[in-house]
Amino acid sequence: MARDSQTALVALNRFGFGARGGASGDLVNAASDPRGFVKAELNRRNGVLLEMPGLQSTPALAEAVFAYQAEVKAAREAVEKTGAPASEANPAPALSDSKAPRRNLSLNSVAMEMSGKDPATKPPENGNATMAATETMQPNVAQPNAPKQPQQPLNVIQKTYRAEALARLQRAVIADCGITERLVAFWSNHFCISANKGELARMWAGSFEREAIRPHVLGRFGDMLKAVEQHPAMLFFLDNQQSLGPDSRAGQNRKRGLNENLAREIMELHTLGVGGGYSQQDVTSLARIITGWTFAGRQGQLGAPGNFAFNANAHQPGPQQLLGKTYENDGVAQGEAALADIARHPSTAKFIATKFVRHFVADDPPPALVARLQDVFRKSDGDLKAMTLALVDSDEAWQAPLTKVRSPYEFLVATGRLLARIPEDPGLYLGGLNQLGQPLWTPAGPNGFPDTNAAWAAPEGMKLRLDISAQIASRLGNNIDPRDLLELAAADAASPETRQAIERAESRQQALALLFMSPEFQRR
Amino acid sequence: MDCCEGRLITSRRALLLGGASFAAWAYLPKFARAADRRDPRLIVVILRGALDGLATVAPTGDPDYAGLHGSIALTPDGPHAATMLDSFFALHPSMPEFARMYKEKHAAVIHAVSTPYRDRSHFDGQDVLESGFAGPGRVQSGWLNRALEGLPRGERVTGALAVGPTTPLVLRGAAPTFGWAPVAVPQADDDTAMRLVELYRHRDPALATALSQGLQLDKTAQGDDMKPKPGTNAIGAMRLVARGAAKLMAADDGPRIAALAFDGWDTHANEGGPVGRLAQLLSGLDGALAEFESGLGERWRDTVVVVATEFGRTARINGTEGTDHGTGTIALLAGGAVKGGRVICDWPGLKPANLYEARDLAPTTDLRAVIKGVLRDHLGLGERVLAETVFPDSAPVKPMQGLVA
Repeated sequence: MARDSQTALVALNRFGFGARGGASGDLVNAASDPRGFVKAELNRRNGVLLEMPGLQSTPALAEAVFAYQAEVKAAREAVEKTGAPASEANPAPALSDSKAPRRNLSLNSVAMEMSGKDPATKPPENGNATMAATETMQPNVAQPNAPKQPQQPLNVIQKTYRAEALARLQRAVIADCGITERLVAFWSNHFCISANKGELARMWAGSFEREAIRPHVLGRFGDMLKAVEQHPAMLFFLDNQQSLGPDSRAGQNRKRGLNENLAREIMELHTLGVGGGYSQQDVTSLARIITGWTFAGRQGQLGAPGNFAFNANAHQPGPQQLLGKTYENDGVAQGEAALADIARHPSTAKFIATKFVRHFVADDPPPALVARLQDVFRKSDGDLKAMTLALVDSDEAWQAPLTKVRSPYEFLVATGRLLARIPEDPGLYLGGLNQLGQPLWTPAGPNGFPDTNAAWAAPEGMKLRLDISAQIASRLGNNIDPRDLLELAAADAASPETRQAIERAESRQQALALLFMSPEFQRR
Repeated sequence: MDCCEGRLITSRRALLLGGASFAAWAYLPKFARAADRRDPRLIVVILRGALDGLATVAPTGDPDYAGLHGSIALTPDGPHAATMLDSFFALHPSMPEFARMYKEKHAAVIHAVSTPYRDRSHFDGQDVLESGFAGPGRVQSGWLNRALEGLPRGERVTGALAVGPTTPLVLRGAAPTFGWAPVAVPQADDDTAMRLVELYRHRDPALATALSQGLQLDKTAQGDDMKPKPGTNAIGAMRLVARGAAKLMAADDGPRIAALAFDGWDTHANEGGPVGRLAQLLSGLDGALAEFESGLGERWRDTVVVVATEFGRTARINGTEGTDHGTGTIALLAGGAVKGGRVICDWPGLKPANLYEARDLAPTTDLRAVIKGVLRDHLGLGERVLAETVFPDSAPVKPMQGLVA
């Protein structure tokens, strides 16, 4: 039985987001057929897409941002005219509620859509006091005597960001195993944007993932690549909407030109990888090839605002040499052909397979496993489901010890799952992610968040994780028995030491904090 | 087609509080207490994203500069005039504090400098800058950590609550360090922490080590003014981290050697000239240097701050009023121990033929020579250790003379 539990931990923790509490029976189910448990979710057709009332398309979100910006501008101008004090000039007014996405998505509909059965989770017992303690994470709250800051209403951008975050978190917390959501998180980080780039980026962070990442995590890499590089969020994040072919009509008229930011990151971070066999010349060529890839702006001159657009006026004329091949100038097709070839490049297969195995198995990925996945990737023309199945079917992925420390996102989601609390307030999670150095959809650079123990098992990070665990535990009622929770999380895969530490804890709260911090819960 | 209405308030390497981090050596060097010796302090500031050296210390005396840097070029006159450092170089107007230190001969610029890295990937470039190896891919330890291992270890610095999510690579390695960032979180109680350490000791030694180190940090840096303020921006965050770092380092038993990293310097578009995005960042950096000076008090006399970045940016601005990844850039030195008031460089010129790969400021000084000069003359590290351990296989790169007063 101990062996079975250990294998179940691999199924749940390495491939998923950990066992759910309540009556899910995850650990028992995973133990009886570990591979089948993981694969069942991969075969569920609608498990990947995230469509629910309140979540809008990228163009619709663009319209909302433009309307909001116009409103702010008008308010500012009105204030300037009347000479009111400047402090009132930036009120960040919220749009009327009818326009904003609903914040509280229906929990039941989410659960039904996901599993087609009653959710295995219990409703929260106590309204908002469910998870991480964000009140105490907010500045100012600590001093009771400090004058209370007037609460600024959230603007439409903040509301959207939170609604998107909530939808993603709910999906991760209620998923059966969670492998699909782990794949989404992996690819979303691989092709990351940062919400801090600007208002459009924050507004689009969620829709980018829903539209460019999710449809392809079990599809083809080449399709995902094209969807990502043509998505307005990516074009905005890496400045391509500003890049003009030096000899294009727009370039000549406006005396502006190339910006090679997106082209470089496509090759360095998205496909070939550093040392993948491209040169500075290739970067410049690709930058020229994708000039004109932009999105329709507020004026809508290139189409409905917020849609991908090919601006022929900005496109560098003439054929281009890239990685030893000539691409004729046939408009947007020139770039699409180039991306399709880059997606099939052997360096891409190697880069992706290595990163994939590093994420799921070990910081030093087993070379034989990487080679096998690389081979599957090449022979299947970048079939990501085939590559994922090859990983799940491998022996290495089941035999390798659970050495990786959960990322902050994985840790907080796993906590929510074990406590069987469907997230209601995204702020609780978002605050924790900020504190732990993994703010949602906001990595420091286009290379995304790191994926190794060096980053997440650092001294400061572990200390902070303990503080957050203690806060979460301190808010849980006394009706949770930590020993029961340990059974649900690890059963007899729990070490005697962990069991003892939890049994001998001086309080339930202390026991829960120790459980969240135990190696069985932190490692995957 | 101006669809970039979402103004670039923050860059893609935006400075969250977590994006401005501080980490320090957990021990005092042995000589720090010896009455007859100086008590040197060294602070390394890493600017991630590649600083535009030509926009920070502009070669206004080079006839090709204005044409290349175009609309964002600095000028020695007019509104927002740059500060002339000598007859050839002008300092960005957003750095009045550095200008003052320079005048007082406590700040210096090294121009046309670069690490041995010659490609243009940020992440590899940062690896080389921080690891001290000649090529990328060696990310287990940083040169500053290996330098610490070469110093005689004194007593442990006690205390300091430390919660910066990550340690910069430059300070990662065998020599024990701790991190701190101005983030306010209620802490778990000591008893819970000790029980967990005990559990880790039996079951997970790696986590035991990490957590114990995380717990050993002091609370000196934690004053009320260290709590993050709502709406803290990049500039504020840089000052805040510097102020906390200075407070820690000014203590008698505080760390002597520390590293900080500031993100956000990747100015591909709308970099701005004397005002604008880069100007804001430089103002934050300038503020951080001022915080070091005031926070360290009389210790500033024995301090050297080294400011370095992974590489430079293109000499010619790109099509979007910004600059793409380049090669040669600047390094800055500041502190009472610096023999300053100089721009040190072997100027390569900006004629097309003189540019590296016809696009970047050609590097004429190896950054390792600068750092070696500081480590040798300020901390007393031997040339052999510097050439073999701190910067492996770098014997031909001799330490620069006379950087420290």
